[in-house]
Amino acid sequence: MNIALFLEMAAQADPDRIGLVCDGKHWSYGELDAAARGACALIRASGASHVALLDESSEAAVIALFGAALAGVPYCPLNYRLADADLAALLGRVAPALIVGDARRVQQLSGDAGHIVYPRSEFTLAALEAVVDEQAECDPGEGVCIQLFTSGTTAAPKAAILAHSNLVSYILGTVEFGSAEESEATLVSVPPYHIAGIAALVSSIYAQRKVVLLPAFAPEDWLKLVEAEKVTNAFVVPTMLGRIIQALDKGVRADIGSLKAIAYGGGKMPLELIHRALDLFPETAFTNAYGLTETSSTIALLGPEEHRAAHRSADPKVRARLASVGIPLPTIELEIRGEDGEVLPAGQPGEIYVRGDQVSGRYKEKSALDAEGWFPTRDAGYLDEDGYLFLAGRADDVIVRGGENISPGEIEDLLLTHPAIADIAAVAVPSLEWGEAVGVAVVVRGGFAQPDADEIRSMVRARLRSSRVPEVVRFFPSLPYNEMGKLLRREVKKLLAA
Amino acid sequence: MKPGSRLKSTVCDSEVVVIRYGSGVLTCGGAPLGDGAGERGEIDPAQAGGTVMGKRYVDAAGTVELLCVKPGKGTLALDGAALQLKEAKPLPASD
Repeated sequence: MNIALFLEMAAQADPDRIGLVCDGKHWSYGELDAAARGACALIRASGASHVALLDESSEAAVIALFGAALAGVPYCPLNYRLADADLAALLGRVAPALIVGDARRVQQLSGDAGHIVYPRSEFTLAALEAVVDEQAECDPGEGVCIQLFTSGTTAAPKAAILAHSNLVSYILGTVEFGSAEESEATLVSVPPYHIAGIAALVSSIYAQRKVVLLPAFAPEDWLKLVEAEKVTNAFVVPTMLGRIIQALDKGVRADIGSLKAIAYGGGKMPLELIHRALDLFPETAFTNAYGLTETSSTIALLGPEEHRAAHRSADPKVRARLASVGIPLPTIELEIRGEDGEVLPAGQPGEIYVRGDQVSGRYKEKSALDAEGWFPTRDAGYLDEDGYLFLAGRADDVIVRGGENISPGEIEDLLLTHPAIADIAAVAVPSLEWGEAVGVAVVVRGGFAQPDADEIRSMVRARLRSSRVPEVVRFFPSLPYNEMGKLLRREVKKLLAA
Repeated sequence: MKPGSRLKSTVCDSEVVVIRYGSGVLTCGGAPLGDGAGERGEIDPAQAGGTVMGKRYVDAAGTVELLCVKPGKGTLALDGAALQLKEAKPLPASD
């Protein structure tokens, strides 16, 4: 089944209803569906092997996504923030592509590689004006829908592929068709090359919840757009939420009374920040979503009631759940496995494995699924006795000290409770004695004196095992994060080694 | 009947997409679902419960699942037994 059917259904149910707002222009489902059909004709005529996007979010991204789906050509949004050499390599891997966006950069980087390039507005116009053969069959949707390059932190980026069937299964399993009221609008500010940005478009269209695009996130613009479009739902990464709250603290004012629900994910949410947000927006429903590109987005959810219950609870166990990513979706299976592949009981940390129709786990080069169809996420974590999933960093981030596995998360979570510590990262540092030992990079909170390194060590010694005590403690003004709010642990290692 | 196949009723406006299919004869309003070609017939008044846009329909054993992509007046059935509306488990919007 083709994901383009979701847009067709929205258009058939209510062609004149507004489905998308971008740069002040409103697009109805009928207009979007017609434009996607035009784009399909353009894509088919081009003979392109991929449809790539090298641009911020706009109506063109939505039209290209569904046009590519109708044509049966993989849609491949690229990270425009990549350095020239890295982007040039990816452009080579999608050639010949129909590329929407930054024509000048494509010309500079890949010259005559057979790409057909449309600047954003020219693509939208061409899609609207294309002659569509009403008899032409759309692609049955048995193949690849999306190709997303991983960030490639350890090696060359891998091309993760999502089949139509993966996304269809995710949407049908989590969204009820047409379930949104006509007054609902969702603000999407994550970039189009991120799985959350794609999932947000497809889910919202299927729910018939109007999508409001904010192509370049700035907290003041986000607040203004909430007021102007009477936004009811939003998805943010934790960094964005932090910056929105900072802006409010600085006195930026906007009427955001329409905002009923905020979902977040894509990186670790600092506990203090979510407590603050729950206090600041007492009527807002918060949802934490955990997922990966390879799993078609969300696989576990911490819902609004669970947020409020944890926030006001005095029971440490219930309160701790605010740091979890909630309960796995009922439509997938999830297990924690040890190093020898054995399934671990509640409370024991290991690697998170998932299985289900929405899980792709495939790359263009090879499949990462095991013989039984389980996908090793490379995320470390554990389930508590009630089934709540707690993340403990990437499996590759585990510090191996003299054969003992140490998860950075437990050290970081403990030290973040120190009043003078605003942010912290624990990483492996080389140790002659142990092979690896724990090193921590600490950011001191404004207004507090820098704590003594030995004070930090004794806090760890008192609460965790002695192997967790950091050998190296150093202080920095801030820690390195990427634009999605993910801590760059490789960079932290470099900082501590310098 | 592969997943993704689109089937049309010959007695009402209903159209469905196959999500899952095992075996058996699928009907709508008493007449077989197919590619929409052939003669239009009359709806069986005993099988005129209607289909609802965007709803999923399943048999009791869970071997067949259909998604309504165009509503109509007929009742969907597998080998004469009416399909049931698949209950949705509401989840908060997460993206």
